[in-house]
Amino acid sequence: MSFLTAVTEWAAPTIDYHALAPEIVLAAGIVVVLLADLFLREDRKSLISPLASTSLLAAFIPVLTLALSDGPRVMFDGRYVIDDFSLVIKGLFLLAGYVVVLLSADYLRDGDYHFGEFWFLMLSSLLGMVMMASSRDLVSVFVALEFLSIPAYMMAAWRKRDPLSNEAGIKYYLLGVFASAVLLYGMSLLYGITGSTLLVDIGDALVGEVTAIRSLAVLFVIVGFAFKVSAVPFHTWAPDTYQGAPTPVTAFLSVASKAAGFVAIVTVVFTAVPGLKDVWQPVFWVLAALTMTVGNVVALRQTNIVRMLAYSSVAQGGFILMPLAVAGESAASGQALRAIVTYLLLYAATNLGTFAIVIAVARKTRSGEISSYGGLFGYAPGLATLMTIFLASLAGIPPVGGWFGKFAAFQALISAGTGWGYALAVIGGINSAVAFGYYGKVMREMWMKPAPDGDTTPIEVRPAIAVALAITAGLTLVLGALPGLVVRFGDLAGLAGVVGG
Amino acid sequence: MQVLSDNNWILTVGTFLPLVGVLLMLFVPKAEEATSKAIGIATAAATLVVGVLTLVLFDYGKAGEMQFVANVEWIPVIKSTYYVGLDGISLPLYLLSMAITLLVMIYSWDHVPSPGNPKAFFILMLVLQTGMAGSFVARDLVLFFVFFELVLLPMYFMIGVWGGEQRQYASLKFFLYTMFGSALMLVSFLALFFKTGAESFAIPYLVENGGAIAKNTQIWIFAGMFIGFAVKVPMFPFHTWLPDAHTQAPTQGSVILAAILLKLGTYGFVRIAIPVLPDAAREWAPWIGLLAVIGIIYGAFGCLAQTDMKRLIAFSSVAHMGFVMLGISTLTEFGVNAAIFGMVAHGLITGMLFFVAGSVKERYHTLEIKRLSGMLTQMPRLGWILGFCAMASLGLPGLAGFWGEFPAILSAYQPAEGLPAETFRTYMVVAAIGTVFAAAYLLWLYQRTAFGEPTAEFSGHGDGTPDDHHDLHDVGVYEWIAWTPLLVSILVFGVYPQLMFKVLDPAVGVTMRVFNGG
Repeated sequence: MSFLTAVTEWAAPTIDYHALAPEIVLAAGIVVVLLADLFLREDRKSLISPLASTSLLAAFIPVLTLALSDGPRVMFDGRYVIDDFSLVIKGLFLLAGYVVVLLSADYLRDGDYHFGEFWFLMLSSLLGMVMMASSRDLVSVFVALEFLSIPAYMMAAWRKRDPLSNEAGIKYYLLGVFASAVLLYGMSLLYGITGSTLLVDIGDALVGEVTAIRSLAVLFVIVGFAFKVSAVPFHTWAPDTYQGAPTPVTAFLSVASKAAGFVAIVTVVFTAVPGLKDVWQPVFWVLAALTMTVGNVVALRQTNIVRMLAYSSVAQGGFILMPLAVAGESAASGQALRAIVTYLLLYAATNLGTFAIVIAVARKTRSGEISSYGGLFGYAPGLATLMTIFLASLAGIPPVGGWFGKFAAFQALISAGTGWGYALAVIGGINSAVAFGYYGKVMREMWMKPAPDGDTTPIEVRPAIAVALAITAGLTLVLGALPGLVVRFGDLAGLAGVVGG
Repeated sequence: MQVLSDNNWILTVGTFLPLVGVLLMLFVPKAEEATSKAIGIATAAATLVVGVLTLVLFDYGKAGEMQFVANVEWIPVIKSTYYVGLDGISLPLYLLSMAITLLVMIYSWDHVPSPGNPKAFFILMLVLQTGMAGSFVARDLVLFFVFFELVLLPMYFMIGVWGGEQRQYASLKFFLYTMFGSALMLVSFLALFFKTGAESFAIPYLVENGGAIAKNTQIWIFAGMFIGFAVKVPMFPFHTWLPDAHTQAPTQGSVILAAILLKLGTYGFVRIAIPVLPDAAREWAPWIGLLAVIGIIYGAFGCLAQTDMKRLIAFSSVAHMGFVMLGISTLTEFGVNAAIFGMVAHGLITGMLFFVAGSVKERYHTLEIKRLSGMLTQMPRLGWILGFCAMASLGLPGLAGFWGEFPAILSAYQPAEGLPAETFRTYMVVAAIGTVFAAAYLLWLYQRTAFGEPTAEFSGHGDGTPDDHHDLHDVGVYEWIAWTPLLVSILVFGVYPQLMFKVLDPAVGVTMRVFNGG
């Protein structure tokens, strides 16, 4: 067959434009933001952030219409799937992105950093995440992963006159690229063994015997993703990157980027390698136990709030990994998927809220030390109360949000009915008590200590931050009292029929 | 079991009304302290009115059954429902929590501890009240867990912000112990859920199906719950958070902690752990009994060694909760009746003792026993009240404490079928010796603080030195309002215990029926 006949015989795949509408709207938004940055006068550049947030909300509309229409929609021979899972995750990314825009606008203006490019990069990264939610093919998973990571490398180094920020960007970039290489190697092994890049095909081929080469492939893929979700021992970039990056970017990385990593893990584990559970279940068991324990113990020693939140985010990642340690058992797989999605949603709301407070407080105190929160309850009771709610949610104390994520994770573990599941649940339980050690430290500063330099001028909360706080606190409180609402999103029919709900 | 769901709104209103008050108080400026306090007290009073209404509407002929039952969808995907109900066991505790909150708030009218901020202080008490009342009416394990945990943060802040010198250490210790316990408890709840067929978290369902779980599994599940509840009680050897928390907490925190929060643990045993896992309960009972009597003796020795009045009362709590746990560990109706009576009596008496300790501290600025003396000559009314409470606490017949302690000891003579009677009889003897110690430490405390002449440093009162000890005034009006109901209840329940036993007994019978040869 000559090249010419190949070209002429090629039929364009049918494209469901409704299904792709969120991506298309986002892409249009990216172009508009880029053009606006080119043509707007310098003093009007602050108009770009509303443009960015509008395009995020606009992209949210087709997500809603798709959710209401019949699914799942499958495109490109099953390489791109719009099902309930992907829609929930897309909604999560878009909302998280919206909140991050709210957090960033004033931060960027105050710091006099470049405007347009930042929004361009952020929207690009979000587009990558939204694509990740639907990717069901090794190639599209990888492309989406790079698409969301590369802009993030640059955003981490955004404060270019600050050496810490440069370090953040470089570390994140080097380790990220290294992880991509490892991941790609694993993926190439998977392709080599099965002859397909389609996840479902790989899943069909990888049943039965566990061979060395198969184990190696799975291991490489997991390690690649483990970097993305900063699981111990692949977490070493996270604290430096989180601390050095601009705080809104840190919020973005610790919520959206991390969630994207988990989405990738979930997609690959549940569709491509469910047959090799004997390989990946123990790996995830060890990763989860290590991640939450090390994250927690190191977080206890931190004195910088962002660095503490970085380790907290590592530890939270360990909790999210927990259900994967039993996700291969038929009794638990549906529960595990649900637990992970539920946890990601609750964690996103809570963690973004925490960073909103950190940004609001840092505007006044100009400090990242935990001790700078001293006396906050005295002069800013509203912020202190909200921060308490967010921290309690991260610690998993009912009735605020986060408890249900932990509950769902424990439930998934125990539903497996295996000794390993119980053991990990107990380790998780002990860890959730230890975690209060550092969340409580911030509460103690806010409520029980005097203001460090006696400076008790009230904190001015910018409107954008106030909106972000209202959204995140509202979600944290309502979902904590009525977790049924969030579970409805987590209660998925499964990944396009692969996992029984 | 028949379900009585008349007036099924009443428990929900009674539980969540305090949160309405919280919502209102959020809009009161911090500076308007009197308004905040007034709203707080009004809310607590309204809550108590709902509680009294519950008491009136309660069908005493059917005290063994769940009444006012409401059961609506809550988290369908995990099969947990918003399921509340009240029987003869819950009723006294539910009401006690409401009464204590109101009285503590009235006491707080002119006793807001340093560093002030009554708005936040009252809000925390109202949140606490919702958590406590909710725990006593929840009929679904997840719901119970949420209420059980809801009390943690408010109490943490109460101790940590308004507490004494070592408040931060004490509050953190309190929190970590309880959190650790409840994490394991949650794991047990989940295991129970899956082992009973993953059908429901409703306690009646679990009671019906829990007995079918293999004995070995039951024992492990029980272990997790045991740690969760035993930390809360607290039982020896999980008690070490208690003396610190009590000593450092503000008076109001101590009273609520002693009167209600500790009961969440014992209530959990009676309501959940024992009826749901009967086989495990039989295996565990001798060990629980052992820890209970160790607690009695250890608590008593602890008391004898204390130099601080508040710390002494805290250790006496360990001993008293030991009696309660001993009653429960017999797995007999008699023992559990005594235990629940003991819970309420301890709530009234020890709550009262902490009130007195708070007032002593306020007046003398110290609780060091050897610096206090001659309270009866300086402040006769306060001295008499202390004496009354000490007598009640040591189990003097005619006062409420007796009916918790004496039957609990007696019940150990004849534990439930299948339990080693000799062992329990030994416990009985040890516990009886414990009452002697109790008399010793309480009378010794009373003798040292109330008798004799005031020490030199506090005897300058009334001799014309204006700023010298002007705090030494007798019981004030808000103290009278807050204390009288407690003192009267101690006496009434002491003289006529049947008032409570007749409500408890049918419910205890239903709860413990599996141990009556059934």
